Amino acid sequence: MTAEVISELMREHIARLAASGKRSDGRGFDEPRKLVVQKNYIKNAEGSARVQLGNTDVLVGVKIDVGEPYPDTPNQGVLSTSAELIPLASPTFESGPPSPTAIELARVVDRGIRESKTVNTEKLCITPKEKVWIMFIDIHALDYDGNLFDAASYGALSALSCAKVPASKIGKEDYPLPLEHWPISVTSAKIGGNVVVDPNLDEERIADARITVTTDENGDIRAMQKGLKGSFNLDEIRAAIRTSQKVGKGLRGIIQRD
Amino acid sequence: MEDIEHIPKELQLIDKKGIRLDGRRFNELRPIKIEAGVLKKADGSAYLEWGNNKVLAAVYGPREAHPRHLQDPAKALVQCRYNMAPFSVTERKRPGPDRRSVEISKVISEAFASVVFVEQFPRTSVDIYIEVLQADAGTRCAGLTAASVALADAGIPMRDLVSSCASGKIGGVVALDLNKDEDNFGEADCPMAIVPRTGEIVLLQMDGHLTAHEFDQAMELSINAAKQIYELQRDALRRRYAAVAEAAEQEALREPPPQEAPRETPPDMPEDLPPEVDDL
Amino acid sequence: MDGSAPDRREVVIPGDLLNGHGLKPGSGTFNEGGRIYAARIGTVAERDGFVDVIPLSGRYIPRSRDVIIGKITDLGPSHWLVDINSPYPAPLNAKETPWMVEFGDTDRYLHVGDVVIGEIVSVDEAMRVQLSIADRQFGRLTGGQILDISPAKVPRLIGRNGNMVALIREFTNVRMFVGQNGRIWIDGDAEGVYHAAHVIKVIDDSGPAPGLTDQVRAYLEAAYGRRATTPAERDDDGRH
Repeated sequence: MTAEVISELMREHIARLAASGKRSDGRGFDEPRKLVVQKNYIKNAEGSARVQLGNTDVLVGVKIDVGEPYPDTPNQGVLSTSAELIPLASPTFESGPPSPTAIELARVVDRGIRESKTVNTEKLCITPKEKVWIMFIDIHALDYDGNLFDAASYGALSALSCAKVPASKIGKEDYPLPLEHWPISVTSAKIGGNVVVDPNLDEERIADARITVTTDENGDIRAMQKGLKGSFNLDEIRAAIRTSQKVGKGLRGIIQRD
Repeated sequence: MEDIEHIPKELQLIDKKGIRLDGRRFNELRPIKIEAGVLKKADGSAYLEWGNNKVLAAVYGPREAHPRHLQDPAKALVQCRYNMAPFSVTERKRPGPDRRSVEISKVISEAFASVVFVEQFPRTSVDIYIEVLQADAGTRCAGLTAASVALADAGIPMRDLVSSCASGKIGGVVALDLNKDEDNFGEADCPMAIVPRTGEIVLLQMDGHLTAHEFDQAMELSINAAKQIYELQRDALRRRYAAVAEAAEQEALREPPPQEAPRETPPDMPEDLPPEVDDL
Repeated sequence: MDGSAPDRREVVIPGDLLNGHGLKPGSGTFNEGGRIYAARIGTVAERDGFVDVIPLSGRYIPRSRDVIIGKITDLGPSHWLVDINSPYPAPLNAKETPWMVEFGDTDRYLHVGDVVIGEIVSVDEAMRVQLSIADRQFGRLTGGQILDISPAKVPRLIGRNGNMVALIREFTNVRMFVGQNGRIWIDGDAEGVYHAAHVIKVIDDSGPAPGLTDQVRAYLEAAYGRRATTPAERDDDGRH
């Protein structure tokens, strides 16, 4: 990724707005952008979803196939997440091998799904030590206007929620992939002491610190990731958790819909 | 590499009545839908559905060519990157360019290099990105057709749009626009791209087995189809700019929101403003 | 609006044959076999014996004497590099400023991230650009905010003889500088800035149809509850 210089003037403008409780696109501090989910977008994939969070647009495909388990986890299916920040999505994305940003994005989304047991890899075993289901989650950024973490995570969850395990490959009937949890990630950015939810691109560029809190349908915390070079105090982190619970509830409803 | 179990070898790709497996006749195109200006960040873009193909094309440029040693002091580079998303094909494809994608990128770049007015933008690059989201054969034609629309949407000066289509041979019959099964089990495939106004062929590839006469038949099918495709491309562009005009009218006539902030004292009158340049 | 039915300007597409009877090929067109064709998406206009295609999209291509708003992205001992939202980076030489800048002292006057308003002094055939902020009305901008619009829409934002910007200023009282490169700087009270930014977005999203000034006037009159004093001018007499 190449950096784009944000002008001092715009940096001050956004900070000034934040200091008086406003944001450049008119949202409240706790307001995420509009989320639009289109499931089953790609027929060739076992599951897929195109997700738009404001102007950030991400397409996620889930491919499931039969394969061999890893030797150290003979009874578990394999889950692998990767992200491509393709150059068409932003003038700052270059072609080439995955950048650290793409890798961090893939790993954070992966953790949210794996550690929360959204997909229980023990249930993806066909024949222990021999055959398991291999699941690939591929995140494809299409248009970048900030907060890929959340957009990609909603995309992955939406794609999983409509995925079908192609059991016809082993002589059985295809069945919907069972999801055990519905973790929703909510990212906030800190701008000069003010914390705003779902930062757009301008806000992301000037943020001092960023925090992603993933909560499940019971309000329990499933994952956290702090980013950028600034810091949060404990009260701000607790507030971010409450925001994730509150905002997560509304967004979960949209993703759970067909 | 594609799964072939589901088509029994005895099945005819085209029956005695001239009907293909998907119900088309030998000279019928799959349904095509095109939309221009679908992405916000790119300078120009287009989304295209062609049968079961789904492709997205975006253009950035002209912009400074990087790395600098590749810059041409006399003209713009035209660089296309064709890529298939991992989930676009039945067997997941590893991310990143493979040799096939690199070759397709090259021939598509060359197709556009002859229509873009490259001398107008020395030292820059016009970057074209084609992303195949769902594949069902004919993706390079779909991608090129979409990229043409994206180039026009980006305001890149060109001599004409470029329209692209493929024909081939299935069950001994020369047929238009092969889908994936037809391409896998047919006898030949021949993608081409044409500058509709002048008839110049700017892309041509062929694999399989055709007699010279069959090749002529295939080209006739493709060139006629290209005319239809050209109209779809032009229509997509016209609709985009008409839609934009309508949206602006709706916006202007909407009720302004209630006042939020109290009125502040207006700032002091500004010093000399720079002279506004009148429109030419 | 006035009585005449809105005439959707016809959009031409690259390769379209233009009716260039007795006219010469102007900007956005090309000549082939003695006939004139459109090279870009836009609308057709005639000017001084030329037929032009006025672009509806496209990046900013620098022209001499254009006023632009740029961002400092890099500096050297005797110059700065300015991003003017164009394929071509624009160097600003220390001599082209109102200050006496000593060699190596450039950072004292302009930092990376500063915004300046200036003009393009020259563009050569290789599209190498020279900028200047030396004149009195140019310099560093502070406060306010920058909005980006398509450079193709700048003439509509300015309006014939500046009547569109005058209309916006009359109601909103904002300070506003319009760069030919599609960058707009505005500053003012919260309400004024809100309405000005809204109008600017409407203009950016607008298509080639005439009547835009009327629409903008209607919006501002409704927003402020009073009539405009800036005189009405038809903007569809062959020019945007």
